[in-house]
Amino acid sequence: MSERLASLLQDQASVGTGRDKFEVQHLNFFYGDFNALTDITVGIAEHAVTAFIGPSGCGKSTFLRCLNRMNDLIPGTRVEGKILLDGHEIYGPGVDPVDLRRRVGMIFQQPNPFPMSIYENVAYGPKLHGVKKKAELDGIVEESLKRANLWKEVKDILGRGGLTLSGGQQQRLCIARVLAVEPDVLLMDEPCSAIDPTSVQKVEDLMAELKDRITIVIVTHNMQQAARVSDFTAFFLQEVAGQPAELIEFERTAALFTSPKDRRTEDYITGRFG
Amino acid sequence: MQSRERVNKSLTNAIALGVIWAAAIATVGALGTILLYVIVNGIGQITPTFIFTWPHGVNMEGGIWPTIQATLYVTALAMLITTPIAVLAAVYLAEYAVQGRLVRTIRFAADSLASVPSIVMGLFGLSLFVEGLGMKFSVIAAALALAFLLLPIIVRTTEEAIRAVPKYIRWGSYGLGASKWQTVSRIVLPSALPRITTGVILAAGRAAGETAVVIYTMGTMINAPVSPLDPGRTMPVDLMLKAQEGINLPSAYGTALLLVLMVLAFNLVARFIGRRNRRMQG
Repeated sequence: MSERLASLLQDQASVGTGRDKFEVQHLNFFYGDFNALTDITVGIAEHAVTAFIGPSGCGKSTFLRCLNRMNDLIPGTRVEGKILLDGHEIYGPGVDPVDLRRRVGMIFQQPNPFPMSIYENVAYGPKLHGVKKKAELDGIVEESLKRANLWKEVKDILGRGGLTLSGGQQQRLCIARVLAVEPDVLLMDEPCSAIDPTSVQKVEDLMAELKDRITIVIVTHNMQQAARVSDFTAFFLQEVAGQPAELIEFERTAALFTSPKDRRTEDYITGRFG
Repeated sequence: MQSRERVNKSLTNAIALGVIWAAAIATVGALGTILLYVIVNGIGQITPTFIFTWPHGVNMEGGIWPTIQATLYVTALAMLITTPIAVLAAVYLAEYAVQGRLVRTIRFAADSLASVPSIVMGLFGLSLFVEGLGMKFSVIAAALALAFLLLPIIVRTTEEAIRAVPKYIRWGSYGLGASKWQTVSRIVLPSALPRITTGVILAAGRAAGETAVVIYTMGTMINAPVSPLDPGRTMPVDLMLKAQEGINLPSAYGTALLLVLMVLAFNLVARFIGRRNRRMQG
């Protein structure tokens, strides 16, 4: 009872800074000639967790990868419309996607530690960006691993290969690795779908801790997870195969799950399809 | 009805298994027979004198040291010339080149180059390096001709090694704000290194065992080359001449055994490096 009350109260309180980190305006995305996403307009709240849900192939991961221009790596892709990060167009001329990706970090479905030691994995980003002093690197590595709730488990085995860790630990190592370059935004593409339940719990707790300082966007297949961890939820759907996917509904998470406005959202969250 | 089917199933299964086993035994058996033959005939020859001294007399008695030195020298020089070019070319093909007609053409050319008979490569080396560029019979002419032979092999194995690095590992690097070159040099190449090294060492084994290319480019003179411009006779050439002229067959078998052991050692080192690196990463 008190728990429910608390969650209701929390929902009433303002979330994050009340400011939008990303403003997406009329975004269209193309793979070659195929229009994969159409007319997406959405704001992503700063220092909050926003979840993207929807059935497979609905374009939610594609949309996520637009936010740090990761799609640029796939030949033949094209973007129309605008994405503003702190008011600046990220697809504008003169924007270096390499700099953008430092500010907008990404966690992938498959934990992907580099084939090097735990320490080197975390130090990789800072080293790329010019940190050379051992003491400074040591500090960043420890701090990042602590923030990723992995420090206690690995502090005595920092020289061991990152791939020797369990799947869940690997995913937290990847989170530490991203935190080490101090991004403003963390994009998470189904970060829990390839790890064990205990680790899922740890990653979810972590998201709640991190959002004080970081804006988080998570793509998830798991509606319960979206309901647990996010403040806002966006529901994507590709209604007809071969047609572009669109953003059906975007709401406070509690509102979207308790009183969806769109019939299709309701059908999806009640498990009628997907 | 059902039981008959089951009998047939287990019968076909047993036959398939038998055929597969026979094929496996034939493969291993062929290797074993060759090894055994060379060992039995050559083992008596292998003494420190045979390895470390010079031949003497009309029947080439004594040792084969100069041919060992020439073999190691030309192999090392060929690898030194080929490896950097081949690895950079492979990085370009795998990572930078826009995948399309041009790359397909380059790849086809590389494959064709790899299938050119080595005797043709020897003649080419003779006319281009030995005569055309005036290098005479020399280690450098042989190393350059071998480079033509090895280049496509190393390019292909390196390209495969680079492509085998999973996409999501690269993404992890890009996701941290790494540039393409940072990703290639710090993540992709180190990850691919065990397989690249394996390919390079196997190619070195190929170079050490090559006869046709070197006979036309560094000659047959018994000589311990010091300068790259010196001529020399490699072990395979020495073996060929001894066997062909029948002057000293026991010594030929000794050379054959040493050569086989050398190439085998290359292969084992390649395997070892591949394994050790996988362990360190895993």
